[in-house]
Amino acid sequence: MSSGTTVPPIPSELMTINVGPSHPATHGTLRLQLQLDGETIVNSACEIGYLHRGFEKQCETVYYQFVIPYAERLNYMGPVHNSNAWCHACEQMLGIEAPPRAQALRVITSEMGRIIDHAVCIGTNLVDIGALTNFWYMYNYREKIYDLYEELCGARMMVNYPRIGGVSQDAPDGWFEKLLRVVDEMQEAVGDVRALVERNRIFMDRTIGAGAISKELALSHGVTGPCLRATGIPYDVRKAQPYWGYDKYQFDVPTAEGGDTYDRTIVRFQEMYESCKIIRQAVAAMPGGPVMVDDHLVALPEKDKVYNTMEGLINHFKLVMHGIQPPKGELYSATEGGCGELGFYIVSDGSAKPWRVRIRPPCFANYSTFPKIIQGAMVADAIAALGSINIIAGELDR
Amino acid sequence: MTEREIMARVQAKLGAKVLQAYEFRGQCAVTIAPSELRPLLTWLRDDSDIQTDWLLDVGGVDYLGYSPTDGSGDDDREWRYEVAYQLYSMRHNHRFRVKVAVAEPNLVVPSVWDLWGIANWMEREVWDLYGIRFEGHPNLRRILCHDEFVGHALRKDYPINKRQKLTSPVENILCEKAEWA
Repeated sequence: MSSGTTVPPIPSELMTINVGPSHPATHGTLRLQLQLDGETIVNSACEIGYLHRGFEKQCETVYYQFVIPYAERLNYMGPVHNSNAWCHACEQMLGIEAPPRAQALRVITSEMGRIIDHAVCIGTNLVDIGALTNFWYMYNYREKIYDLYEELCGARMMVNYPRIGGVSQDAPDGWFEKLLRVVDEMQEAVGDVRALVERNRIFMDRTIGAGAISKELALSHGVTGPCLRATGIPYDVRKAQPYWGYDKYQFDVPTAEGGDTYDRTIVRFQEMYESCKIIRQAVAAMPGGPVMVDDHLVALPEKDKVYNTMEGLINHFKLVMHGIQPPKGELYSATEGGCGELGFYIVSDGSAKPWRVRIRPPCFANYSTFPKIIQGAMVADAIAALGSINIIAGELDR
Repeated sequence: MTEREIMARVQAKLGAKVLQAYEFRGQCAVTIAPSELRPLLTWLRDDSDIQTDWLLDVGGVDYLGYSPTDGSGDDDREWRYEVAYQLYSMRHNHRFRVKVAVAEPNLVVPSVWDLWGIANWMEREVWDLYGIRFEGHPNLRRILCHDEFVGHALRKDYPINKRQKLTSPVENILCEKAEWA
């Protein structure tokens, strides 16, 4: 077009499109409305709540220990961390601490959860942008981790494993050896997938700069977890305010610089390695002893005592019928979940039912940045960014 | 700085304006009137020793019928609702909680969405579930419940088993300005 003529601007008007609430790229039930100028997003809004189940209301109507299975339905990609965290919050309310062996088992189950959470996030995110192979690698090992959960306590996904004051049962014989084998295999699979994408030209072109969260935006929106660390801020509750003996384990907090989709993916890969490291250390330093506190106000008595002694029977009856009763008070308990800081703000009136349970869902804060990070981007970039923020609707909508 | 020291500083600064000061298991909180909220949060954020520059959570609590079983009475609260702001300082690695007392019939709290982006959605959630209005919020729509939902689900007088008809979705959810969304 060197003849000197100018092309007149093509008349166009803004187009509004909906993505979701039921759409393959949303991996859950999210609705996204985009206003497009050509293919550029000029305005957008998110609508959430499609999976709102009244979790917090439900918690107010049941005893503390009956919230454990509900809590796992928050972040159902790494479910056991949520129930671990809930039990931890209740223990803080009660002013007790789980025995060291139970804490180590919580660390192991939580880190297994983090690995599969990240595996699913990376796998599905890559599917969204056209790379299917990685998904199978990742899901393969997710199954093996589910097998381990099954052996540990009988359930695969919603394991209902922890209890207030400890965990429900000790690991069976030979479980740790199997765990270490799976961790080794998992790490190899992670390495394979990482090798497929890390220096992959297509992947890099597709994701570098897409959906970048700046440091300022992350701080303003309370972004936590891999999304925050990808911006270069090394905040991790496990390091900042350690719980369950995380201070005893040697691990790094991976960070990146750009805060974009690429960095988030790489930070997740690195975190999976770190989780493998933590699991190995926890197994190597596994303390002996009980997995439940010795406190009749919290722990159910052994079955033998329930069936054969009056005291045991009464104790069991009281705990099941009247519940665990923390003192009057309120408390905010934070742990590091797969998506970021998972907080439980509990208000107790001294009865067996919590007066108020407020969950600080990491996804909620992370997702609230979304309209800002896709401003001026293409629709395809928005889809790539959506997957890499790792929005779990169960946690987002509660 | 421990949470107790932060609380002491807040008490020294605000004096009688602190309606309740509270400590449990090493965690401290102060309750203040809505009008004090924005000055206090900005002061906590800007004070170099405290610097709680991170707002992590905003959540409502309804104290209707709250009567602790330990015989301490009804906790002599003269207000029904509280909105709790969980603050964190990344530099000093400490947390603090500020609560706003919201009494009927005037359920209004100044919005802090311009100070922290997270407050936008969090305040919408408190509005949705408790019916507390946030003054100055640009887009105070329901967020978890659907738009034609009647009542506020987390209030203590909202029955747990109440059912409501699910209405059709809102056609247009875009805001006038993109940063309001």
